[in-house]
Amino acid sequence: MSAPIIEVKNLVKNYGSFKAVRNISFNVYEGNVYGFLGPNGAGKSTTIRILLSLIRATEGEVKLFGKDIRTHRDEILRRIGCIVEKPDFYKYLSAEKNIALCARISGAAVSKKQIHEMLDFVGLKGREKDKVSGFSHGMKQRLGFAQTLIHDPELIILDEPTTGLDPQGIIDIRNLILKLKTEKNKTILLSSHILSEIELIADRMVIINKGEAIVEGNVRELLNAQEVIVVFTVDHLPKAQSVLEASGFAAYLAQDHELHFQTSLAQSAEINKVLCANGIQVYSMETKRKLEDYFLKLINP
Amino acid sequence: MFFKSTYNELIKIAAKPRSYLGLAAITLIVGLILVAMKLEGGLYISLLTGPFEQSLIFEGNVLNGNLVGFIILQMLIIHVPLLIAFVTGDLISGEAAMGTIRMLLTKPVSRNQIVLSKFLAGCIYTLIVLLWLAFLTVVVGQWLFGSGDLMVLKSDGLVVLQEGDVAWRFFYGFIVAFLSLIMIATLSLTLSCFSENSIGPIVTTMGLILLFTIIGSIEVPLFDQVRPYLFTTHMAAWRYLFDDPIQWKDLWFSVAVLVGHIAVLLGIGLYKFKRKDILS
Repeated sequence: MSAPIIEVKNLVKNYGSFKAVRNISFNVYEGNVYGFLGPNGAGKSTTIRILLSLIRATEGEVKLFGKDIRTHRDEILRRIGCIVEKPDFYKYLSAEKNIALCARISGAAVSKKQIHEMLDFVGLKGREKDKVSGFSHGMKQRLGFAQTLIHDPELIILDEPTTGLDPQGIIDIRNLILKLKTEKNKTILLSSHILSEIELIADRMVIINKGEAIVEGNVRELLNAQEVIVVFTVDHLPKAQSVLEASGFAAYLAQDHELHFQTSLAQSAEINKVLCANGIQVYSMETKRKLEDYFLKLINP
Repeated sequence: MFFKSTYNELIKIAAKPRSYLGLAAITLIVGLILVAMKLEGGLYISLLTGPFEQSLIFEGNVLNGNLVGFIILQMLIIHVPLLIAFVTGDLISGEAAMGTIRMLLTKPVSRNQIVLSKFLAGCIYTLIVLLWLAFLTVVVGQWLFGSGDLMVLKSDGLVVLQEGDVAWRFFYGFIVAFLSLIMIATLSLTLSCFSENSIGPIVTTMGLILLFTIIGSIEVPLFDQVRPYLFTTHMAAWRYLFDDPIQWKDLWFSVAVLVGHIAVLLGIGLYKFKRKDILS
């Protein structure tokens, strides 16, 4: 495996007695979309701000492209495009002028034509000359992507890019990220508090809560490794229980009209077959991943 | 990268409506004074020359462009710093308030370069305001009132400067005034490094000017020690150039105090901004 593009080791950030980040470590490799998952206030934005040298770490080591961000800041930032929290722009300038302004100090020679192409790529064609003060949140988010990508960075850091967007806006931004991953092969660090978002886009992820990393690994492996919880809603609970026990399936929880099984997806199909074969009406069959359940517990304690 | 960053700062200043408020205010005030002097200037001159008419005879164009320019400068040099602070006090804190500071600091421009490019852009803006003031007071003043000897009223008497001896005094006077205004621009820029909103640095700059002006004008032995080192004591150092003979020692001391203030304040601003955690 090649050297990681982002290398975070034992990162700590304290604000007085408050510990915002506690000993977080993770690596992001080239071409990966890395999910940075955690509830609001978990320490995601603080970690991202340290990566971008917006704030200084109390302890720990942060290397990007194999170099320390504290000593090679400008060199590293030239290779990064980012949106930190919400994208903010100079409201009194047009979209085109805002991007030109960003490009000028991004260390790349960018022509007016390239700026227009970029605005077209993010779906802002025809709005180039409009002042940002008249833009909706979704349009600002698209403009944020334009300023992120204008200097063709190798690494893209996106901090909660879908926050505050309407459903269509969320889908558009997700598609844009997927486009960057598949068409442009960018390395992306994506922070979110929505598991499904990370599941759809990321290759690897780390879940953090209260400043600590809880789970880290390949998204597919993490999700598939977890046994699922299958909830069957049936018409006659005692009869269903006795039929299943006779067939060798024991529910770990039975309440009202629901039977909860901690099992695999393949076995849940077998359970359904047994119930139907014995004349038990199955009203619904709901699958929950343990990880999702666990994450929901984190964000809704 | 420094010059690209400075160019960006100038674009931002040029696009902000607040940048034109200072120029508009100066135009309005100077315009009103010029009209008033044109209509009632004779009365003003008689008040000025009245105490000396028993011992002196005044001949020629006393109410001339040089005198009008000098009077306007005396009146405005207290107000122009506030108009400058209105723009320069917003240069960093305004970015924090708008949220654009995050975007700016994730670009490959060092924090020192960002502060210095904002400082340079602030100086250029100050120069533009001062050049506009010079144009209105000296050029328009000469056009409306003609040229002539300049009478300068001092606490200990009247100084009359020959017509041919005035232009260079205005030129260097504006340079010293520029230094005073840069000092104010630096003060507000430095305060801007400590703030997350644009109002705080502007109000604090005005407050400090008022406070030090009051300290400088109260005749208390305790304040006598600090008065020579207060920047407000030297804000009107340009007036030394209209003495005859010029008190060069006093003028250079004032210049040194102003330059010292600029260097120290800029150093504090750079130190603070470099170590600032961007939490907004």
